[in-house]
Amino acid sequence: MTVAEPLSAPIELSFAYTRSLGPTLSRFMTGLAARQVTGARGSDGRVYVPPLEYDPVTGTAITDFVDVSDHGEVVTWSWAAEPLPGQPLDRPFAWVLVKLDGADTPMLHALDVPGPQDVRTGMRVQARWAGERAGHIRDIVCFEPETSAGVAPAMVDVDAVTLVTTPIELRVQHSASIQETRYLQGLKEGRLLGQRCPKCGKVYIPPRGACPVDGVPTEEEVELPDRGVVTTFCVVNVPFLGQRIQPPYVAAYVLLDGADIAFLHLILDCPAEDVRMGMRVEAVWKPRDEWEHGLQNITHFRPTGEPDADYASFKDHL
Amino acid sequence: MREVGVVGFAQSRQMRQTTGTTNGVEMLVPLITEVFSDLGLTKHDIGFWCSGSSDYLAGRAFSFVSAVDATGPVPPINESHVEADAAWALYEAWTKIQTGEVDTALVYGFGKSSAGDLRRTLALQLDPYVLAPLWPDSLAIAGLQAQLGIDQGKWSEQAMAEVAVRSRRDAETNPNAQLAGSKDVDSLLAEPYIAQPLRRHDCAPITDGAAVVVLAAEHRAGELAERPAWISGIAHAIDSAHIGARDLTTSPSTLTAAQKAGIDGVEVAELYTPFTHQELLLRAELGLGDDVRITPSGGALAGNPMFAGGLVRIGEAARQIWSGSAGRVLAHATGGPALQQNLVCVMEGR
Repeated sequence: MTVAEPLSAPIELSFAYTRSLGPTLSRFMTGLAARQVTGARGSDGRVYVPPLEYDPVTGTAITDFVDVSDHGEVVTWSWAAEPLPGQPLDRPFAWVLVKLDGADTPMLHALDVPGPQDVRTGMRVQARWAGERAGHIRDIVCFEPETSAGVAPAMVDVDAVTLVTTPIELRVQHSASIQETRYLQGLKEGRLLGQRCPKCGKVYIPPRGACPVDGVPTEEEVELPDRGVVTTFCVVNVPFLGQRIQPPYVAAYVLLDGADIAFLHLILDCPAEDVRMGMRVEAVWKPRDEWEHGLQNITHFRPTGEPDADYASFKDHL
Repeated sequence: MREVGVVGFAQSRQMRQTTGTTNGVEMLVPLITEVFSDLGLTKHDIGFWCSGSSDYLAGRAFSFVSAVDATGPVPPINESHVEADAAWALYEAWTKIQTGEVDTALVYGFGKSSAGDLRRTLALQLDPYVLAPLWPDSLAIAGLQAQLGIDQGKWSEQAMAEVAVRSRRDAETNPNAQLAGSKDVDSLLAEPYIAQPLRRHDCAPITDGAAVVVLAAEHRAGELAERPAWISGIAHAIDSAHIGARDLTTSPSTLTAAQKAGIDGVEVAELYTPFTHQELLLRAELGLGDDVRITPSGGALAGNPMFAGGLVRIGEAARQIWSGSAGRVLAHATGGPALQQNLVCVMEGR
């Protein structure tokens, strides 16, 4: 049995990266919080903005900091006709490399102009500062065409900035493999569907895009019973964030009868200290109307009370 | 130094969207089967395996570990991975063969770019303090580089369009290309910009794809191929992560790698240039004259499988040696924003 289209679902990955700053970037970010752009002079005499932590020629730490203007000129640009999520402006804008007055290298940022006809290389621009600043590159909201001569910005007393936090998020459309799709569809129907490798004959559940012995997809579908044996296990005594069950409890590898690979599940409905290698167990299913495309349809396994399996019967599956 | 030859190559059809997982298994299994069939090898003949891919692109942790299933890694194999284009995995494999521990290596790369938003994903390869928090996407960065060269008279939108035409017409004879055939230059220049100064034809398409290359040392290469593509030089180098600290109209790291690899006398150069102006930049940087055939496969502009594209360049260049149509070829791979990191591999027939 095969399927034409794999199951697929979106996932939003997000994480707020918190990064510590060394002395160089701390100086730069602290400056931004105070409306001051700071660069650093390298051994080649150039003033790098943002400051480099290490000299590009000698590799030594750069310590000669230089305050520069928040006005400058466009070195090059490109047009963002349809801004993407997270970018500095949510209306069309120009990406620019801006060489600030007093700097020798340009910095990347956005320029707020109505259209591409309003930006050109060499044009004068000035920083637009955020009202509330955190010591982050986005304390500069964007650049804008210069409206006044560069004046020293009003410095503000701020605490040293030693961390920056940057939220990152990506959206990914994940597909299950064809083999996994069949398995997930089976679970939705309360069935456990494995597949056999055409070369070595081993039965995998979940079935796989490639047998790890032979490197070929599993093919022949094998319906497996919802009972088997505990091959190995651990007693979870440690509490952790998101834990759903009160410790101590048992996480175990369960080898279904007829399968050649075990999967991880919970062993409940008995004291943790009673669980042992070779113990016979059976699945406890959620009510049928709660079945989804996933192994969570089985809440846990519980002892069947049958005699334990011989070690020899599962020793090759550990 | 041990002599190492490229003896096998397989690549998937470059497609805008595939239905497989992001761990590459579906794309890799048929390719590994194909090179083994071509060379009469089994997995037991491979001394070292090395892959290139990206978890950011795959949208999951340790995606390359799932990909290893495609190699049949039980019982355990000698395996490694780079979070970079698989051309760098090939460099690692070449180095491994130099140690004398192994005589053969299989290198693979894969990427399913269609699963996410490639332009945004690539922003996350930038400096995480002052660049990535602005989310400058891949077209933004390439556009800044292109405009700089235009302003300096190093290239023009016309010359960029000429690159696109040649690339996509060359791709007409590449059965794996995603895009093939092109309008003429004037028609292309009449198209709207997508990220001024870039038009659609200036940018590589978004591609799902994978590739496999087999390396062998000395006599083993001679057994496996009639005319191995012997690697006469291979090197890689990197420029600053600070976009502003670089002269974006040059590529010092490519030049460094080329000088180490020794590129004199190459007849064909497969350049990994996902944007038209980057081909013009590299030709000037490497001093490749009109007598050097540039990227006859059509290159990244005709199909750009991320993390496999550089390996594809090496495979395509090696094919020129195998077929006898060239005696000495150059393959180039790139990674990072605006040609930040570059690898040059020179191969020859003997």
